[in-house]
Amino acid sequence: MNPPREFLLLSNGTGVPWADVPEWPVDEFITATAAGLERGGRLCAWFGVPENSATRLVAVIAFDAENTLAVGRSAPVAKSYPSLTLLHPQAHLFEREVWEQHGLVPEGHPWLKPVRRQNGGHPAVGEFFRVEGGEIHEVSVGPVHAGVIEPGHFRFQCNGEDVLHLEIALGYQHRGVEDALAGGPHRATMSQMETAAGDTTIGHATAYATILESLAGTEAPLRAQWLRAIALELERLANHTGDLGALANDVAFLPTSSACGKIRGDFLNLTALLCGNRFGRGLVRPGGCKFDLETERAAELLGKLRVALVEVNQAAEWLWEANSVRTRFEFTGTISSGLAAEIGLVGLAARASGLVRDVRFDHPAGWHRFAPVPVAVWPGGDVFARARMRWLEIQRSARFIEEQLAAPAEGGVFSGLAASAGDTLAVALVEGWRGEVCHVALTDAAGKFRRYKIVDASFHNWAGLALAMRGQAISDFPICNKSFNLSYCGFDL
Amino acid sequence: MFIHETIMHRLQHGCQTMAYPDGPPPALPDRHGGALRVEPAKCAEGCTACVPVCPTQAITRTPGKPVALDLGKCIFCAACIEACPTKAITQTGKPAMAVRRREDLLLGQPGEEELRLAIALDEKLKKLFGRSLRLRQVSAGGCNACEADVNVLGTIGWDLGRFGIQFVASPRHADGLLITGAVSRNMELALKKTYDAVAAPKIVIAVGACAIAGGPFAGNPEVLNGAVAVVPVDLYIPGCPPHPLTILDGLLRLLGRLG
Repeated sequence: MNPPREFLLLSNGTGVPWADVPEWPVDEFITATAAGLERGGRLCAWFGVPENSATRLVAVIAFDAENTLAVGRSAPVAKSYPSLTLLHPQAHLFEREVWEQHGLVPEGHPWLKPVRRQNGGHPAVGEFFRVEGGEIHEVSVGPVHAGVIEPGHFRFQCNGEDVLHLEIALGYQHRGVEDALAGGPHRATMSQMETAAGDTTIGHATAYATILESLAGTEAPLRAQWLRAIALELERLANHTGDLGALANDVAFLPTSSACGKIRGDFLNLTALLCGNRFGRGLVRPGGCKFDLETERAAELLGKLRVALVEVNQAAEWLWEANSVRTRFEFTGTISSGLAAEIGLVGLAARASGLVRDVRFDHPAGWHRFAPVPVAVWPGGDVFARARMRWLEIQRSARFIEEQLAAPAEGGVFSGLAASAGDTLAVALVEGWRGEVCHVALTDAAGKFRRYKIVDASFHNWAGLALAMRGQAISDFPICNKSFNLSYCGFDL
Repeated sequence: MFIHETIMHRLQHGCQTMAYPDGPPPALPDRHGGALRVEPAKCAEGCTACVPVCPTQAITRTPGKPVALDLGKCIFCAACIEACPTKAITQTGKPAMAVRRREDLLLGQPGEEELRLAIALDEKLKKLFGRSLRLRQVSAGGCNACEADVNVLGTIGWDLGRFGIQFVASPRHADGLLITGAVSRNMELALKKTYDAVAAPKIVIAVGACAIAGGPFAGNPEVLNGAVAVVPVDLYIPGCPPHPLTILDGLLRLLGRLG
């Protein structure tokens, strides 16, 4: 039998029979994946599926320009395979993860070490890359940080104030989310999806619900899709506003900082207006939404949204007009568009480096099939660009919500779900506020989860922060970090 | 012009800090529901409809005994309320939920239909911390929602600083810890070290269902099901996440600053 020539194409929010996913011997699978990435593909997910005592590799590639996804798999592998990272650095963390989870060695991987699990009493630390020399000093930060934030470890190699290299070691938040999904869905699964990355509750909950709906061969009622799309933008508004405030705070620009802190809360309260919870918990359920947005409630939402938008625009104007802010933001922590593409950045960090990369536009599913979202892009790739992106997206998100509220979908918000199809692979991408949230499920013969893979935008983007710090003063780390504002728990799972 | 406009704008806004606790608290969202109330007397004979729908196994019913709801495990999804055919479980709309003892979150026994709110610290600790409390926050397997709504208390609307409560960068500067998250095994050591670094006397506050009992992740082998596995806890604040008002109410209650 000749090996297949192409990956199997599918669109966002659909499933395919596992038996139809083309299979290659592992060496050829690596070649085929590399070929897909070379012709403009992007690695959305790369994971192992245990089979007897071996493991199959699965790749999900996004061809953004063609609005399509592609999936392929390897024959079972027992020990090792030639590293894809050598050809495509965007695979580096995926290969480390597969090595950690299944013991498969990517031969030739330049920096093979754990990603998040326990390793000799400490999570994910092990050996750090070190710069040698009498003038070099090492700065070690975390896991417990100075503010009210999540834990992670940063190891800087410095020459004076200049950072030569930053290595980021995570895993402290590891709660076993993927392992707990095996054999599921379970009673706690929906809540675990809502808290996989708690500031992206709507993003992850929507991806999970979409998976179950596609496995059931159906979709949520249109009105539920409409409501999820509105909630997704409210989540973006709250987080982007909070980030503008946090960036202002880190350059000691207090007017915007204090205003945005409050306005962020106002946006969270709009989500609470929908479902009672400021983070959107309880709103999205497989089969639809648990709450409706009645006419009166929608009017209240619109009124409060407009007030908050005026305030956030005022606060942002101060930020853009202050020379003291611009001089700190501009040309700090720059990621070129070429580098962004090479390491596979997603979401607002990618768009701030000039890449047109947005799931709502490239791979529309749910309500976004009917209500397209223009992609906001800003060139430059520095802290200023990432701040500016947030402001642009605040405008677009608010406008989107206004437009949707003016033309609601009719009907109910919930319908029951059929059982999940067996031996099926389903993929769901959602453009969360940080970027792409990717869920992939593979069911067993009974329709239960045989493997469930979650890739938060942070998984792609932490490497971006590390590279952004090269050649920067270490005192610029806080604003570089805030400009990405990545999730620890979304990465650690 | 820039400075002039900025100052004028702030003047027009006036003071944006809420009147609470001297004035009324901000209203909870109408779909929030607040703390739960359990009246086992209303349960139908042998009914266990609420038990299997609870995602965090917070509800149990042993044959011959009244239904028991653990608000420490509860994530307030209201699935039990929808499942109950006799309205034995109801929402009270009350934002105050903080307790001093873990068992004060167990509902269902006669006279224990609702949680038993926290009492203040003893006089000695109140004298030490009552007007100045410095906390070191540790997120140990949190999802960043509890952390976010703790952070909100520092914004101009809530202005936690007016109560003398402040989050500090070092445990050496702190009077206690505020812990969020289910306490992942990978954070166990860091949490223990941070606690040990705080000078005695010290207090520990567990915020959110995860920090109290593991929340949605309870039972996962990678977590320790809450802060109490590593450190003694003085105040439990339920929720997923708790509303900022619930957190603030708990802090003020502990310091004896609510009437």
